[in-house]
Amino acid sequence: MNTIALLGMPNTGKSTLFNQLTGSHAQIGNWPGLTVDLMQAQLRIEGQTLQLVDLPGIYDLRGHSEDEAVVRRFLEATPVNLVLVVLNASQLDRQLRLALQVQQLQLPAVVVLNMADEARRFGVSIDSEALSRQLGLPVVLMSAKYGRGLAAVQQAVRQRLLTSSSNDLRLEPAPVPVPVQQLEARLAAREAELEPAQAALLEAAVQLPAQWRDRWTRRLDAVLLHPLLGLPLFFAAMALIFQLIYAIGVPIQEGLGALLDAIGKQLIQPLLTPLPTFLQGFLLEGLWQGLGTVAAFLPVIALFFLAMGVVEDSGYLSRAAYLMDAFMERLGLDGRSFVLSLMGFGCNVPAILGTRVMRDRGLRLLSMLVIPFSLCSARLNVFLFMAAAFFPARQGALVIFGLYLMSFVAAVLTALVFKGRFPSSEPLVLELPPYRLPTLPQVLSRAWAEVKHFWFWSRRFIIFGVVAVWLLNNLPLGVEPASSLSLSGRLGTLLAPVLDPIGINPNLTVALLFGFIAKEIVLGGLAVIYGQADPVALGQAIAADVSWPQAVSFMLFTLLYTPCLSTVAVIRSESKQLGFTALSVGWSLLLAWLTSLVFFQGVRLLG
Amino acid sequence: MRTDRPLTDLRPGATAVVASLTADPGLRQRLEALGLRPGQPVQMLRRGWWSGPLHVRVGMTELMMRRRDAACVALAA
Repeated sequence: MNTIALLGMPNTGKSTLFNQLTGSHAQIGNWPGLTVDLMQAQLRIEGQTLQLVDLPGIYDLRGHSEDEAVVRRFLEATPVNLVLVVLNASQLDRQLRLALQVQQLQLPAVVVLNMADEARRFGVSIDSEALSRQLGLPVVLMSAKYGRGLAAVQQAVRQRLLTSSSNDLRLEPAPVPVPVQQLEARLAAREAELEPAQAALLEAAVQLPAQWRDRWTRRLDAVLLHPLLGLPLFFAAMALIFQLIYAIGVPIQEGLGALLDAIGKQLIQPLLTPLPTFLQGFLLEGLWQGLGTVAAFLPVIALFFLAMGVVEDSGYLSRAAYLMDAFMERLGLDGRSFVLSLMGFGCNVPAILGTRVMRDRGLRLLSMLVIPFSLCSARLNVFLFMAAAFFPARQGALVIFGLYLMSFVAAVLTALVFKGRFPSSEPLVLELPPYRLPTLPQVLSRAWAEVKHFWFWSRRFIIFGVVAVWLLNNLPLGVEPASSLSLSGRLGTLLAPVLDPIGINPNLTVALLFGFIAKEIVLGGLAVIYGQADPVALGQAIAADVSWPQAVSFMLFTLLYTPCLSTVAVIRSESKQLGFTALSVGWSLLLAWLTSLVFFQGVRLLG
Repeated sequence: MRTDRPLTDLRPGATAVVASLTADPGLRQRLEALGLRPGQPVQMLRRGWWSGPLHVRVGMTELMMRRRDAACVALAA
């Protein structure tokens, strides 16, 4: 199939353009020779089906980062019919280099100057025709964020695919594409030409403003990056956002849960009546309820990514990296680790994948060790439920706040303990983009992509998990579900010597065991164990069985031990080290057990 | 002529011209890609507290960089 690749620096709106071109029907694709997944989507142009691939954002085709190596390997392995080079129009003073490198490789290309609106606002004027003439490549100005210029890009792509790279007017079929040969050698040989060529292009086609014009960014930074006000403002903003997510998300989740439950009872149950009882139970209480738990959970995840998308697109997230870097540096981490940990509060998996931007192995591993302590929304789900069941509203809120604090303390402690083992010397140079107003379609499509990613990663583990919970509770055949004679009851008894000292009884043990697969299953598991599907009744049943110190100990353990199998899997695949994965799991279990022990025994001693 | 001074010495609000980069090839490449090339004027916008990162502007790009890395950027006197 014909392939178009999107290539560009970070922060150029490449992914926005990708979504605009494809209508965000993207999927994750595996490419030969690449260890990472790339987003790709099919595109129909002039009756031809093409695939559009979104390559990772890179600064330099000869760069040393993993992303840059990925792009090189891609170009060397895949014949591309067209490269869409996306540049930030307001930063042509440094970004034209990348287009020149593509030109040096003689790849068929179209240059897209994105963020044309911003360039105009900052006083950068571009003569795209002159640029196109000098560069020998079609140049299109656009603003992907607002969808302006999209038609022109599509037109240029169409034309470029139909004609050969020569400039004559005869319509020849494009040459059959071949993978790039000797990429690095060819670029190295002509490296010295880049600088003068870029200067000549700028001279011929771009007028830069004499003075920086973005007064808004200047004024906002004076407050938001203020040495004293900066951090308190940032944490206040985050607290507000999290409040907002619960205030909207939790009722939606409850409503959706009730709806799915009703569908199960009213629609699916009658359909299943001809089946044997065991199979009925398996399908309805195991599979349907499990899927329902996960599905009901999606709105909160979506809201989180929506909110974080707004913060990120506004440019504030990079400021967070600036504000926190001095502190993180003392933990052996950097500002990016902080931002990733923050993303981890939604879901740990994309946060761990995000460590790919780090080149230094020590820094990357230490970040991967710290991120799983971020209180992700799956765990929050368990805590909100438990807090409501055991404490009055105000105390419950305090417990949740305490757990957030604990999450932070665990991350800091972990970094301090392990920074000696994973030393790093990675330079930190990041762009601070101007503040921008995020647009709704852009933020929505990003959140949608994240939710899909979450679903992709979690569903197999979660479905496997809920089914396993159900089976363990109902086997051997004929036992009272979840009783001490069932497989899960026996497991609980077996682990009692370890978990008794921290106040985890056999019932809770089973829930924790399955929480290892995914925290989304914990509540569903408890529902099966206590035989109560209704949340209020379930809360009462647990409260009757367990004291509040036991409940808090359970929450602490849930917070600190391995988040889920998806996280373990992604740590394994990203670190490519079984030993490190074992360390991550082992350390989190040890920390969880010790913390719960100190808390539970402490409360007992005190009274 | 005075000797070159590092970017870390630049006071907030001041502007100077990059003279040379003494970074290792990886960092050098990244700095150049971000616009910090010899001959380019660079302005110090602010310096983080507690030896925090620097906030600088070069060309049309604003950057944050750690002082250790900024020390590799020599400014023309």
